[in-house]
Formats: sequence, C-alpha cells, structure tokens
Amino acid sequence: MRSFRLAWLFFKLGSMNELQYRANFFVQLLQSAVSVGTAIVVLKVVYSHTQALNGWSESELLVVMGMQILLGGVIKAAIQPNMQRLMEEVQDGKLDFALTKPEDSQVLISVRDVRIWRLVDVVSGAAVVGYGISGLERAVGPADVLLFFVMLVVGAITIYCFWVIIATVAFWIVAAWNSIELFEGVYATGRWPVSIYPIWLRLGVTFLVPIAFAITVPAEAVTSRLDWQTIALAFAFGAALFAFTRWWWHFGLRRYSGASA
Amino acid sequence: MNGRQAGAARSLFDFYVTRGRTRIQSEFQYRVATYFWLVGMIAEPVVYLVVWTTIAKQQGGAVQGITTGEFAAYYIVWTLVRNMNIVFTPYGWEWRIREGELSAALLRPLHPLHDDVAAFAGWKPVVILLWLPIAGVLWFAFHPTLAPTPLEVVVFFLAIWGAYLIRTMFMSILGMITFWTTRVSAIFELALAVELLLSGRLVPLKLMPDWAESLAAVLPFQWSFYFPIQALVADYSTGELLGGLGMQVLWIVVLTGLTMFVWRFAVRRYSAVGN
Repeated sequence: MRSFRLAWLFFKLGSMNELQYRANFFVQLLQSAVSVGTAIVVLKVVYSHTQALNGWSESELLVVMGMQILLGGVIKAAIQPNMQRLMEEVQDGKLDFALTKPEDSQVLISVRDVRIWRLVDVVSGAAVVGYGISGLERAVGPADVLLFFVMLVVGAITIYCFWVIIATVAFWIVAAWNSIELFEGVYATGRWPVSIYPIWLRLGVTFLVPIAFAITVPAEAVTSRLDWQTIALAFAFGAALFAFTRWWWHFGLRRYSGASA
Repeated sequence: MNGRQAGAARSLFDFYVTRGRTRIQSEFQYRVATYFWLVGMIAEPVVYLVVWTTIAKQQGGAVQGITTGEFAAYYIVWTLVRNMNIVFTPYGWEWRIREGELSAALLRPLHPLHDDVAAFAGWKPVVILLWLPIAGVLWFAFHPTLAPTPLEVVVFFLAIWGAYLIRTMFMSILGMITFWTTRVSAIFELALAVELLLSGRLVPLKLMPDWAESLAAVLPFQWSFYFPIQALVADYSTGELLGGLGMQVLWIVVLTGLTMFVWRFAVRRYSAVGN
C-alpha cells in the first residue's frame, strides 16, 4: 500500500513538472499520429498481397498492433525513463541518493520518473484496438474485455520485470545503455502475432523477452483465441519472473560501489 | 592543384585515417554493448522476413515472383546494408545543438561534418566484424538464395559506401533543422517513416503500390537501401548496376551541396549555452 502511495506521489510530481511544457503534448500527438499512420500503411501493404496472415485477419492484426502501441506508451511513459535513469546513476555513482532513502530500493527506482505526455500513445493505441475490434466479425463480450484488461496488467508487470532485470545488468556491465536499443528492436516483433515466428524466435519472444505474454496474449483474449492453459502459463510466468526480479535486484545491488558523486 | 591545396588535402586525408582508426580502437572496447545493439537491430529485418515468408508460403512459395529464398537473401543483405548506412543521427544533432556541444567542434579548423563522416566510417569495420557470426546464424536459419557475380560484388562494395554518404548527408540536413527549432522529434519521426516506406527498408519496392514506387524513384531513399541490396541480390544488368552507381554519385553531389548550403545559414543561428 505504501508503495502505491509513493508511486502516486511521484506521479503527481512528475505530472506537475511536465505540465509546464504543454507544447510537448502536441509534439507527442504528432509523433503518435506518425507511428499509428506508419503501422496502418504497413498493414495495408501486407494485406494487399494476402487475405490472412497465418489465420489472422486484417482487423485482428489491427488489435495486435494497437496493443503494441498502447503498451509501448506505458513502457515509454513509466518504465523506460526509470530504468534509463537507473543505468545512468549506476554509472555516475549517483544511485547513493536513492539507496540512502528509507524506502524499498526497488520500489523507489521504479517510480521516480514519469513522462505523462507519452501516455498519448496509450490513447492512440487504444483507439487502434477499438477500431480493430469494430471490424471483427464476431461480437466481443464483456468477459472478453475483462480478460483483456487482466492480461494487459499481467503483461505490463512481466515487461516491467524484464526491464528491471536488464537494467540491473548495469551493475556488472557499465555500458548497458545499448540494452534500450536491444529492447526497442525486439519490442518491434510484438507488432505481429508470435505464432507466425519460427519456433526458436517464438520461444525467444515468449520467455527471453516476454513480449508474447504482454501483447499477443491480451490480443488473443479479445479475439477469443485464448485457452485456459495459456492464461495459467501467463500468470505463473509473471509470478515467477516477479520473484526472480526481486532476488536479482538485490543480488545486483551487492555489486554496487557508489562513487559518491 | 598548388602546393597549399595539396597540403590541405593531405592533412584532411590524415585526419580521416587517424579519426577512423581511433574510433575502431575505442569501439572494440565495448563489444558487449555493440552486440546488444546489433541484436536489437537484427530483430527488425527478421520480423519483415518472417511476415513475407509466411505470406509466400501461403501462396505456394512466392509473392509477385519473389521466392522465400529471395526474401531471405534480401533481408540478410539488408542487415549489412543497414549496418553501413547507420550514420550520426538527427537526434545527435539535436543534442549537440541544444547542449552547446557544437561549440568545441566549431573552434577546430575543420568542418564538423568531416568528423562525423570519418568517425562513423571507422565504426563500420567493427560492426561488420561483429555482424559476421549473426549473418551466419541467419543464413542457416533462413536458407537464402544468393549467387552474385563478381561484378555484382564489386558494385555492392562501392554501393554500400555510396549509401553511407547519401544517408549521412540526408540525416545531417534533417538534424540541422534543430538550428531553427528544438522541437524536432516529430519531424524526425515523420522523415524516418517516409524513408521506411519508400527506401526498400520495409519491403522490396516491387511490392509497394505503383504510385509509391514511382514516388520512390525521385527520392534519394532507395539509393541507400534498395539499390545496394538489389545490386547483390537481384539479377541486374551491367548497365543497371553502373547506372545505379551513377545515381548514387548524383545524389551524393546534390545532398552534399544542399548540406553545405543549409549549413552556411544554419550555423549563423547557433548560439551556444554552456560549455
């Protein structure tokens, strides 16, 4: 509970900070329009050569793409800025300032930064998902929607854990900033349902970089492709990863020797 | 060429060699970081390749005459071309102008562009060396159909450096917009999206609608992606290969001229803060 209060406080602080720069909202809006537009053009190009991609219709793929944009907004607004800051502070020795505070260190490093304008992507992603759903042949029931949101939260937590694991690597390898490029590159695989990938890549984007759980599974929920085994697996994997992340963070922290900025 | 010009040319050459060499040495220190970056970069063409392979397989092995093996060749060669045409990003220009980092570069008796061109050229041998094992893995995973002639290999080698210069100039012009406004990210994203669609980065241009293909013909983008890739992958005639190199030279001249022109006006607007 205390963690949530802390997160909320930082969120308010970050929002006030960002609200000073309102023009950035419009820049973000334009950027979001460009990325949504590009995604739709890519889809049009692909579907001008085929009717269905491995059983996924154009509308269903819109749902997947919208999901990817939506979750990308969450990542860029709340997860990535924190992890980037963490990696920089490990390098500069400024992490001392966070560690000496009387709060749980993992919670603190996870909530310090928030870029609210990037949440524009969440809205535009949701719009694409909605547009995709409206084109589906089968009606989407309230149970599907509920499951969609639940799986979305599980997916977001899984992605968060993955990011903390990667950022913690900075304790060993200082030049870990390239991991952001690595993540962004691999994240692009989420634009397409994981079932089209060859098995080695599918395993990679499911368990190594948990994009499948974060994007494809919620999209499957709303297109009624989800079975109970997948749901159970997503929950189990999320919980296991969360526990591992906790241990890994403290394990990495032991390596930290502050240079006291 | 009189003695003074010759001396200037020689010291510029020396600068390129030295700057390139120091960059090679410094990049080799960060091999793990470079690998992280490389794997992230490889994800993009692998996704495109998988999508088009899936479609080709659904349609009996080919899309508009391009077979799965040819798609594999296209996107594997893509990874090398992409390595070559990565240049100093417009976001780097933004940072350099906003943070006043350009001041130091302006004090040197040398155009800052020389430093960019030399440094990134020096980075290329390092990434190519690290890229080789990844290319090997992709080769085994996707079975490309690739049988270039010796001439195609030579043209390819020249074309990837042409691609490098064309993209350097284009990205520099884009980055220099920061001299006028610092809210540039949306402009950059738009330019990169247009490039993605009309350069052959997303798909072989043959698969784009006809109007897009003709639009691409009058823009520089395809000369830094599509042409170098196709030089090696497709069965171009000698005329097409040499004509392509000619087009690259033309675009290098045009874009370099434009860069110099923009630079002359842009640098007057520069007002450094800090540093």
